[in-house]
Amino acid sequence: MSLSPTGALRQSGNLFAMALDVIRTVPRRPFQAREFIQQAWFVASVTILPTALVSIPFGAVIALQIGSLTRQLGAQSFSGAASVLAVLREASPIVTALLIAGAGGTAICADLGARKIREEIDAMQVLGIDPIHRLVVPRVLASMVVAVLLNGLVSVVGVAGGYFFNVVLQNGTPGAYLASFTTLAQLSDLWAAEIKALVFGAIAAIVASYKGLTAKGGPKGVGDAVNQSVVITFMLLFVTNFVMTAVYFQVVPQRG
Amino acid sequence: MGVEICVEGLTKSFGHQVVWQDVSLTLPAGEVSVMLGPSGTGKSVFLKTLVGLLKPDRGSVTIAGRDITRLREHELYEVRKLFGVLFQDGALFGSMNLYDNIAFPLREHTRKSESEIRRIVLEKMDLVGLLGAERKLPGEISGGMRKRAGLARALVLDPEIILFDEPDSGLDPVRVAYLNQLIVDLNAQIDATFLIVTHDIASARQVPDNIGLLFRRELVVFGPREKLLTSDEPVVRQFLNGRMEGPIGMAEEKDAAQVEQELARLGDVDRKARHAGNDMTPRLLPGPGITRPPRWEAIARREAELHRKEAADA
Repeated sequence: MSLSPTGALRQSGNLFAMALDVIRTVPRRPFQAREFIQQAWFVASVTILPTALVSIPFGAVIALQIGSLTRQLGAQSFSGAASVLAVLREASPIVTALLIAGAGGTAICADLGARKIREEIDAMQVLGIDPIHRLVVPRVLASMVVAVLLNGLVSVVGVAGGYFFNVVLQNGTPGAYLASFTTLAQLSDLWAAEIKALVFGAIAAIVASYKGLTAKGGPKGVGDAVNQSVVITFMLLFVTNFVMTAVYFQVVPQRG
Repeated sequence: MGVEICVEGLTKSFGHQVVWQDVSLTLPAGEVSVMLGPSGTGKSVFLKTLVGLLKPDRGSVTIAGRDITRLREHELYEVRKLFGVLFQDGALFGSMNLYDNIAFPLREHTRKSESEIRRIVLEKMDLVGLLGAERKLPGEISGGMRKRAGLARALVLDPEIILFDEPDSGLDPVRVAYLNQLIVDLNAQIDATFLIVTHDIASARQVPDNIGLLFRRELVVFGPREKLLTSDEPVVRQFLNGRMEGPIGMAEEKDAAQVEQELARLGDVDRKARHAGNDMTPRLLPGPGITRPPRWEAIARREAELHRKEAADA
């Protein structure tokens, strides 16, 4: 990355321009179904296991924190309600974001970056094929679909992990835990989390593709691109998460 | 029939560094041209500008009546179908085997049936001598094979213009000779416009109709092969003879006094060599199995005459 003051501005401008290009190219026929399925399978295969493994301790930590907090406040009957709310609303979109950027995005960025420095992308353009249409759009859509599914996975595994830790390890009452499930959380929380995951998937794939397609300077350039893509994606995802959460609370009336 | 490429006042810079400026030339339709230049004079950049992968700062590139520097992205993709480009390392898609690589443009751009695609792909693979290697991945074959596979892929859509980015880099002299013969044979067979970017002098002396030389951020000369091989321009003579004496230095250019001194010392030897007729390397002609179109018939006649005269002189 250049150190000139306009460098960062130009980078963000180019990134945004590519995001618009991607949106404009999505409806273009023929849809690259084969590439989409391959990529969806690929992104899923690199993210599912780490996601499940991360979401168990994540759910456990939330359960432990809330378990001790509710005991101190004397509100043990609400521990189930609080931990479901925490997992569903925040933990699962964040875990999804981390994994989709950390595992899916890096894989996409490294793949496209390697193709770029081997001049494969140039060759493709010269053969009259738009890499945005042929490569980037299927990856962005695949990443979005997988992010939505991952979010569901994280929610289930996180809630199950929370239940296990609260009930088995902290001697909570199973009945109270389950009964309070829906006292605070509501269906719109799940929808909001899924929409977040959808947006995170798109952002992670677009940033990764942008960084991959602009990689230069040999193998080291690909490494740099992957590194930058993770950092940029994390920053963007956390900011987006904050904004979307703030909007959600304004738009959807809360229970209780 | 090939297409003429008309380049006018082309200038390209990266930041403050000018790569070359005010390059104007016309690549005649159906002819073979070579662009020479010391390493790092932006030959590859020139090639990428011709296909619209890089945007020049100024100037125009007119192909089939359209200025590709001003085209919109989707129009550019249409014009690019006229091109076949051989990249330095072949630029094959690493995830596909050779057959799928070469079939790729056909599958993307045409509605041909698989059996028809198979026929065309095998024909092109035969042309570059790669039959039997269809199932190999690009990572499993040598650099020379990758280049030939890249060439087969570039040929598969029957392009009007074929650009070669250093076809001879990283190949042994024998393979270079075969590749040069292949290029000449192809030109006789498909009649497209060829541009070869290289710094291999031997190929530049044997293969082309026209030679251009990029040096010191500009196009020094561009003209017919005969004219350049007998040129008195110090840069041209230095480069075509691969000597240290002359304006081209190791790092950049040399200062004028030193160049003058070197050239004076060289003068006598040079004149003698030229008198002996060492300048005109015989031109490479299409192989015996190839039916020559009228253009190549004329070239062959001219060559035969030239060398008869030379033999008589000696």
